[in-house]
Amino acid sequence: MALKIENVTKKFGDFTAVNNLSIEIPEKNIFGFLGANGAGKTTTFRMILNLIDQTSGSITWNGEKIDYSKSDQIGYLPEERGLYPKLKVRDQLIYLGKLRGMQKKEVLVELEKWLEYLKVPQYLDKKVEELSKGNQQKIQFISAVIHKPKLLILDEPFSGLDPVNVELLKQAVVELKEAGTSIVFSSHRMEHVEELCQYLCMMQHGQPILHGDLREIKRSFGKKNLTVQADFDLSFLETIPGVVKVKYFNDTALCQIENEEISQNVLQELLGKGFIRKFELDEPSLNDIFIEKAGESYE
Amino acid sequence: MNKFGIVFAHTYLSKIKSKSFIITTAIILAMLVVFANIQTIINMFDDEDALDKVVVVTEQEDIYHQLQSTMEEEAELVSSSGTLEDAQEVVRDGDAIAALEITEADGLPAATYYSNDYSNQFIQNMLENELQQIKVAIAASQSGIEQETIASIYEPVSFENELIPAVDGETSNVKSEEELSGARGLVYIILFLLYIGVITYGNMIASDIANEKTSRVMEILISSSSPVSQMFAKILGIGLAGLTQMVLFLGVGFILIKQKQDELVGGFFDVFGLSDVSALTFVYAVIFFLLGYFLYATLSAMLGSLVSRTEDVQQLMTPVIFLVVAAFIISMMGISMPDTPLVVISSFIPFFAPMTMFLRVGLLDIPFWEVGLSIAILITTIAILAIIGAKIYRGGVLMYGSSTSFKDIKRALQLSKKE
Repeated sequence: MALKIENVTKKFGDFTAVNNLSIEIPEKNIFGFLGANGAGKTTTFRMILNLIDQTSGSITWNGEKIDYSKSDQIGYLPEERGLYPKLKVRDQLIYLGKLRGMQKKEVLVELEKWLEYLKVPQYLDKKVEELSKGNQQKIQFISAVIHKPKLLILDEPFSGLDPVNVELLKQAVVELKEAGTSIVFSSHRMEHVEELCQYLCMMQHGQPILHGDLREIKRSFGKKNLTVQADFDLSFLETIPGVVKVKYFNDTALCQIENEEISQNVLQELLGKGFIRKFELDEPSLNDIFIEKAGESYE
Repeated sequence: MNKFGIVFAHTYLSKIKSKSFIITTAIILAMLVVFANIQTIINMFDDEDALDKVVVVTEQEDIYHQLQSTMEEEAELVSSSGTLEDAQEVVRDGDAIAALEITEADGLPAATYYSNDYSNQFIQNMLENELQQIKVAIAASQSGIEQETIASIYEPVSFENELIPAVDGETSNVKSEEELSGARGLVYIILFLLYIGVITYGNMIASDIANEKTSRVMEILISSSSPVSQMFAKILGIGLAGLTQMVLFLGVGFILIKQKQDELVGGFFDVFGLSDVSALTFVYAVIFFLLGYFLYATLSAMLGSLVSRTEDVQQLMTPVIFLVVAAFIISMMGISMPDTPLVVISSFIPFFAPMTMFLRVGLLDIPFWEVGLSIAILITTIAILAIIGAKIYRGGVLMYGSSTSFKDIKRALQLSKKE
């Protein structure tokens, strides 16, 4: 009972957009897709939605191929906003809701509820083109979830929103998960994925470079972050064995160390040299892991 | 399929509720009303007293009275008791359009026409013609020719148009004169409807699809229902909107003509002679109109799915419009000679056939297999276009880019390729 992607490859002519992707997305969970632009996230989503066919491999949901007979159970928020600019929010959602198998009455009830939830009830009779980008994104989000889908695919749901609205939408996503929706979403913002997902997949140039349980990934990565702030020169830190790299900001040094034992060696070296303001050992962030795995700088 | 109905209803309703549709329809209806009442409107502006009044200065009372009675309907002739100068003064003041001086030379009338400008040639020509007849009559009777002789001289020659009957004495299948002129009227109507319909609604379909692509709503649409059913729902929806518009035009036109029947000589049906057209020709008219619409609509839908911006629609639609115009020109030439090789050959070429084959079937008596073959060719072409179109549509709607070359068709097909 899950979304299974097995050995999926998609080629556009000579260009390989997705190469041998195999992941399993458990039900009632939030699964994050990470990757830079052009990494193959949207292509993967389109293959899941059966908008384009994979060159090889198979995608199944609860053991069955996804086709138009299942479209009423699937919600999709595309990366680009896709709404009729000249249509009023109400008419727009009635049409899109009907296309997902809803009745007009149901749509109106749900629409009112969602507009209230996202704090934009005044837009019911506004044309979409009159709304700001962020508010359009909210309407777009409603169009993806109004029919209570079992599988929800969100392609960059938080782009173009201010921090307050990002929180609002995150909260909605978490509530949907709690209500039993399986959610797949993509982002190039590591912190969103870190916050929401239990499982994730990192993609680069069509290749999955990392996937699995978030905590597992962090644990197995091994390396830790160490922050040192002191009143004396810290440049000697990079000579200590086990310190992989150091970045300096004024009186602060951000070090990446092989494992947490190294931190104690560093502390020994520091002692007696002067006043230490801060000494902090951290889990690596997804960003660090991504940079490490991708082997190149990111953002 | 239920979703087909939803897309169909949405397309139809949003089209007929759209401002541009309502405005265009209203303008054309208004034009129809104005056109039908044009005589009344012109009369309203007519200055009855001045415009048709001609002041006649003459001593030839007989000629004046003859002229007055024959010109009764066209102009009001008033005899002037004063001099020519007085009559010219009346014209100069705008109380009459012209002054006519009739003199006599050798017992025959001669005239001079005085007016402010040369603009009203109609009255002048009428007067000249009538005077000519009077002159001929006078000249003839002066030379002693009988009135009957003159009448027989002017009588038109008897020229009958008869068809050679079939050898075995069976009734001929060749269309009668009345039927033919009726069919010609119907052919004109269908040709114009097809021409206007294909250009207007084909464009509408293509830009509707391009619009959905531009606003990117397409991606949501095709994730909720199959692109193929969407494409046909769209074609039918806009087709029905077009039909609504045409029915409105024809309905209003019909009512207007009914009301104005006596004003418009003979009325619409008589003008085009439609009452003499056989039922079969009407059936063919409907068949070829529908086939023509679907052929071009499918092509337009296919092309519309290839462009990503509404502005590019025109560029891709240009070849389609060329095709329609070519078909239209061939048929217009063919109306007077429907059996030329060009018309015959083009009636089996898909994009011309809806017009040219209907032209032939309406005006000539051609074997049924030829019509059948043409219809079969059209249906096959529509089916092929629909299959290719659906494939291109499926891939094309996901394709965004500025280029509008026909290479895109290949790309679109690749995008939609099944295993």
